[in-house]
Amino acid sequence: MIITKQKELNKILEQLKGKSKVFVVGCAACATKCATGGEEQVKAMAEELAKNQKTITGTIVLDTPCDMRIVKKDLLNNDKARQAESLVLLACGAGVQSIAQVCTDIYLVPVLDTLFLGSIERLGNFNQYCSLCGDCIIDETGGLCPVTRCAKALVNGPCGGAIGGKCEVNSDQDCVWILIYEKLNKNTAHIKKYRKIKSNTSITKPQRIKSR
Amino acid sequence: MTFKEALKSKKFIITAELFPPKGTNIQPLLEKARLLRGKIDGFNVTDNQRAVMRLGSLAICRLLQEQGCDPILQMTCRDRNRIALESDLLSASVLGIENILVLSGDHPTQGDHKEAKPVYDLDPVQLLKTARTLETGVDLVGKKLDGSPQFCLGAVVNPLADPLDLQLAMMEKKIEAGAEFFQTQPIFDSKLLETFVAKTKEFNAKILIGVFLLKSAQVAIFMKEKLGINISSHYIDRLQQATSPLDEGITIAGELISQMKPHVDGVHIMALGMEEHIPGILNKVK
Repeated sequence: MIITKQKELNKILEQLKGKSKVFVVGCAACATKCATGGEEQVKAMAEELAKNQKTITGTIVLDTPCDMRIVKKDLLNNDKARQAESLVLLACGAGVQSIAQVCTDIYLVPVLDTLFLGSIERLGNFNQYCSLCGDCIIDETGGLCPVTRCAKALVNGPCGGAIGGKCEVNSDQDCVWILIYEKLNKNTAHIKKYRKIKSNTSITKPQRIKSR
Repeated sequence: MTFKEALKSKKFIITAELFPPKGTNIQPLLEKARLLRGKIDGFNVTDNQRAVMRLGSLAICRLLQEQGCDPILQMTCRDRNRIALESDLLSASVLGIENILVLSGDHPTQGDHKEAKPVYDLDPVQLLKTARTLETGVDLVGKKLDGSPQFCLGAVVNPLADPLDLQLAMMEKKIEAGAEFFQTQPIFDSKLLETFVAKTKEFNAKILIGVFLLKSAQVAIFMKEKLGINISSHYIDRLQQATSPLDEGITIAGELISQMKPHVDGVHIMALGMEEHIPGILNKVK
C-alpha cells in the first residue's frame, strides 16, 4: 500500500490563495487505509477549508484515483467538481497525476506527501520493506530486501557497523543483513557465493507498461 | 620500502590515519606527516570521514607522496557513482597513487551534510572488483582502456561485529574481489583479538589491527557505551586516575601494540587528529 501523510494546513492554504470555490477529492484505497484521504479526512479537510473562507462545492471519495478510468467516470464530468476553481486532492502521487492527466482544465492542489510502498503493522505503524527498484533479489536473500532495508543499500553483505543487531545509521532498525543471515540458517556459504551488481533501476526499469 | 613491498615482506607493518582539513590550510597536516615520515609504512588518508565534508583524499595523497610519504587513498562508496569511482581510480593511478583502501563510508545522516544524497551505487565488494577489472584494461562495461592502472587494494573488517561469522564471510568475499590487506576497528580486548587472529589465520591477506589513541576516560566511555567497543574498565580507571590522561592514553596504545606485535601482521593507528603523538606511541612499543 502507498503510505502518505498530510501537508501542513498553512501550506495548503498558500496553494489555494485566490481560489474561493473548492472541491475535495479523496481515495477509497490506500489513503483511506492510511487515514489520510478517506471519508473522514475529506470531511475534515472540507470543514477546515470552509473555516478559512473557502466555498466547498462538494466532495467525493474516488474508489481508486490512480485508475484513470475511474477518474473519467466519476470525477471528470462531476457537476459539483466542475463548479469549483480548484480540486483539493487527498491522494498519493499516482492518484494526483492520474487526475492531472484526465482533468486538464482545472487547478489542482495535492495535499498529501507520498512516502513509500508500505506494509501495515497496525494503524499508524507502517514499514517500508520494498522500494519498487524493479530488479528484485529477495529470492536470493530469504525474502528480505537489503536494497530497501539496509541504509547503504548494500547488496553483497553487511557493512559491519551494526551494534547489538541494530543499524549504525538508525538504531530503531534491525540490520537487515543479520536478519538475512538468520533466515538463511546462519549459513554463510550462500552469502559468500552471492554476487550482485545493482543496475541503476531508476533509469532502466520500465516507466510505462503497454500491453499492446 | 614502499607500503606494498612491506605487505609482501615479513615486516611488522604500521600505518596511521590522517584527516584532510575542512578548508584549504594543509600546513598542519603536512607538518604531522613530516613528523611521521620514515617511522610508519603507510599514510592512510580519509575520504570525508564520518560523512563530514573536507578536502579530498586524492589531493592530500599526492602531496604526501611528493614529501616522501607513501599514501593509502581511502575511497568510500557513499558519494560517487560507478562512473566517478572508475574515473577517480584512473586519476589516482596517473598521480602515482597505487594503494587504495575501499570502504562503504559512513552514511550522510551521520555527518554534517545530512540531506546529501547517499549514492552507494557500488558496494565495497564491487568497488574492489571494479579496480581489478580496470587493471585488466577494460572498464565496468567492457570498453577497452588506453593504458591501464595497477593497484594495491585494501578493505576494512570489524572484528567486534556480531555475528563474527558474517564478517568473516564478507572478508573472504573482499579477498576474492581483490583485497590484499585489511584494516580493522580498534581492538582493546586481547581475548577477542586472539579469536579473530585464529579465525583469519588462513586468509590470504595481511591484517592491520586498529589501535586507537584514547585521550581521556570520557572518550573511552563513549566508545564503549555508544559504539559497542569493548574497552576494559582497567584502561578506563587508568585514564581517570592519570594526571595526564593523554600521556596515559599514549602509554596504553604503546602497550597494546607491544602485546599484538608477536601475533599480527601489523597495526593501523587512529589518533583522531593527534597524529603528532604517534612517534610517542611508537617509542613505548617494546
